[in-house]
Amino acid sequence: MTTVVDTDWEMVIGLEVHCELSTQTKLFCGCRNAFGDEPNTNVCPVCLGLPGSLPVVNERAVEYAMRIGEALHCTVEPSIFHRKNYFYPDMPKDYQVSQYDMPINARGWLELPDGTRIGITRAHMEEDTGKTSHVGGGGRIHDAGYALVDYNRAGVPLVEIVSDPDIRSAAHAKDYVDELRAILSAIEVSDVKMEEGSLRVDSNVSVRPAGSSEFGTRCEIKNLNSLRSLVHAIEYEARRQIQLLQDGEQVVQETRHWNEEEGRTHSMRSKEEAFDYRYFPEPDLVPVEPSAEWLDRVRASIPVLPAERRAALAAEAGTSSTADVAVVIDRGLDRLVRAAITAGADPERVVTHAVHNLAHETAANLEPEKLASLVKLETDGTLTATQAKKVLAEMLEHGGDPASIAAELGFEAMDQDALMSVVDQLVADNPAEFDRLKSGDQKVMGFFVGQAMKATQGKADGRVVTALLRERASS
Amino acid sequence: MTLAETARAVRAGERSAREIVDEHLALIADRDGALHAFNHVMTDDARAAADEVDRRVAAGDDPGSLAGVGVALKDNMCTRGVPTTCSSRILEHWHPPYDATILSRLAAAGAVMVGKTNLDEFAMGSSTENSAFGPTCNPHDPTRVPGGSSGGSAAAVAAGFVPAAFGSDTGGSIRQPAALCGVVGVKPTYGRVSRYGLVAFASSLDQIGPFAASVEDAALLFEVVAGHDPLDSTSVPEPAPSVVDGLGDGVEGLRVGLTKEFVEGADADVVARVEEAARALEKAGAIVSEASVPAAVYGLSAYYLIAPAEASSNLARYDGVRYGLRVDGDDITDMYTATRAAGFGAEVKRRIMLGTYALSAGYYDAYYGQAQRVRTLIIRDFEAAYADHDLLLGATSPTTAFEIGAKTENPLTMYLSDVFTIPSNLAGHPAISVPYGTGDDGLPVGVQVLAPALAEPLMFRAAAALERSLS
Repeated sequence: MTTVVDTDWEMVIGLEVHCELSTQTKLFCGCRNAFGDEPNTNVCPVCLGLPGSLPVVNERAVEYAMRIGEALHCTVEPSIFHRKNYFYPDMPKDYQVSQYDMPINARGWLELPDGTRIGITRAHMEEDTGKTSHVGGGGRIHDAGYALVDYNRAGVPLVEIVSDPDIRSAAHAKDYVDELRAILSAIEVSDVKMEEGSLRVDSNVSVRPAGSSEFGTRCEIKNLNSLRSLVHAIEYEARRQIQLLQDGEQVVQETRHWNEEEGRTHSMRSKEEAFDYRYFPEPDLVPVEPSAEWLDRVRASIPVLPAERRAALAAEAGTSSTADVAVVIDRGLDRLVRAAITAGADPERVVTHAVHNLAHETAANLEPEKLASLVKLETDGTLTATQAKKVLAEMLEHGGDPASIAAELGFEAMDQDALMSVVDQLVADNPAEFDRLKSGDQKVMGFFVGQAMKATQGKADGRVVTALLRERASS
Repeated sequence: MTLAETARAVRAGERSAREIVDEHLALIADRDGALHAFNHVMTDDARAAADEVDRRVAAGDDPGSLAGVGVALKDNMCTRGVPTTCSSRILEHWHPPYDATILSRLAAAGAVMVGKTNLDEFAMGSSTENSAFGPTCNPHDPTRVPGGSSGGSAAAVAAGFVPAAFGSDTGGSIRQPAALCGVVGVKPTYGRVSRYGLVAFASSLDQIGPFAASVEDAALLFEVVAGHDPLDSTSVPEPAPSVVDGLGDGVEGLRVGLTKEFVEGADADVVARVEEAARALEKAGAIVSEASVPAAVYGLSAYYLIAPAEASSNLARYDGVRYGLRVDGDDITDMYTATRAAGFGAEVKRRIMLGTYALSAGYYDAYYGQAQRVRTLIIRDFEAAYADHDLLLGATSPTTAFEIGAKTENPLTMYLSDVFTIPSNLAGHPAISVPYGTGDDGLPVGVQVLAPALAEPLMFRAAAALERSLS
């Protein structure tokens, strides 16, 4: 699927996602890796970059990086660390230990829920920096009185996942991040919380005339703190670039900062001002060369991933929509849903319950057989949708068998004759509305169904009411 | 008295560690004003450590193989709570919150840390004149340099202040001052001794090693500090080899290569001592022949790209933000600039600029990349030489100790002091400098024994044989 902002132009988007690994300790030392602790309490000579200190690679972090590589269909390769040199107060050594031309994971892909495949260029390891807060002058960098630095985050392990420029719309960019989060969460390597910064997204955006196969000049957008800002920033940036090109101007390759309040991006630094990072191999570390046995163990530990779970569920979920299937996966309810379907329940009804009436936590103790029994009561006409929902709520709250709960609640199917007389009465009482229904105004159907529910204290089956009214209106 | 004899006497309760350390402290107080081997004398800590050794002996514990031995450390090794300055203004008042691994190992063997010795700032230099706190003088002639960069440690042993000292050797910084001061100096295989707590100059070349008055003492010190350290990823994953036991085994049948590239360009009197050393080994049963490591002649050029490149990155952290000197400025960039301008000396600045340039986009391959290829060539040429020889022999320094101030005007002439020592660092191989007579000026000459990676036992054996040939 390709979305264009404007029929004449196409967006080209590549995303760089930084994911903090949820290891117990930091990448190169034994300090605690935790969010929100008292500033500068999880520090030691190594992560403070004190003179004479040396890094030692955390094996667990390497393993987590390998899991990411496996989950993104990358080739896990022997890798080395490089030093990326630039001065910044929150970087204790004034260089960042990162991977450069020999990353641990290369060339993979990720599949979006709609089947689009986005290429993964690489997913490499690096250390996080500390966190600077500018104090005074409203907290802005330029007019701040001074800055405070918390080095608790310095040395926290990161994996930077770089996509190919395969994304063509802001919506797909959002889907990509959503999918990536779901994967990282499923393989248990990260908390993936954008609000805590354990997942951070930078976006490269360019535009080109629709149909062109060449890339336009790109800008890198930083400070995207939520999926909402990601979508807005990409859309803003694409419009800005299209406007420039339509006005006969050039897009300048640069890094741009997204300003959430103003809803626009502004220039941070141009290509000419870009840092020369003077990468060179980190001499304090030795190459990371995972053995075949280790890689096999990691591969075997990867659970079934969201895309595969979606495909499996979709194959069994009948005509349920892609979106509903995705919701079931997100909530981790696919095992329950599939078991209920296997137990003989109507697939669409089960999915509908999962999407509208169940959450991951509340469904934890729900047995699939009981869910299936409930759905069967519904499909055989014993319970209406509304009644089924109430019975399900009771099952979640106190447990128990759906049939006996239904009996306790006094739910039993209304017979067709009784319902027909209710409908006749409603038509007689609301002639104007019935005329609108006859003239094809389907909106008024909701009114009649609601009234029927009211008249029967919710015992009526909405679908039967609808069918009866349609019959009346067309005769 | 050898270190082993001192330790034995202390362990047996025949001598007190306190009495020994007080002798060292008295000598230093008396004579170091003129030499300036020490940046900082750890008077109180040394006495406390010695008392602890004595207390343990009295309690029936064994303090270890270096019980009561006074040791000096180059002032680029971290000592908790004790100034570690690297002889730089930028770290003048810095007290590390942790100990280097070498210090923990020495202390665990009962050694007593006496003080921190002077060096060329951040170990960059060959004369100890680049110290922000003033030069160290050669104990054999105070108008001469002690060599460098570990000049303070070499001088401290040569002057008899302490029987043992440690330095770091990035391009010859242990062996060259050992030669100029007439003591034994050892650069072990890269990774043999943990670098944890050694303030980095050029990480892929730096290696800690001992200074001592004899090969036997140096061998004992080596055994105590060598061996794998989980805190240093580049440390050799093996325990320390035994070297003391084989010292008397001799050189019968060993193939020794008198290496052309390690004598060419040396002063005639230095060359004469190397040739005498070769003949002495021959007399002791070694098979001496000519050897060549052709690519070694490019060592100096490669070194002056690799070492500054790594240094430019290693020294970036001295930015005034977290520790050390800070000179305030209008904004962060201003503060960085003012701090580094005031904190670093001329040679350090020169190397940071050289290294930054060598790593810059567009120049990396021509400079740093090319230097790494030369490094590979040197390793290959060493391998070829070791196919026909067990050990190589050459001069340590092309000259004896030169006058203070003689080479400070032209850095290139100073750099040439390390022309024979640099190739071992580039290859990561061990080498030892053994005093072997004097030059025409009556000053010490050092002879260098080079060995393949991890072949310290053989290297010490040959060095001991050389030493015996003098007596």
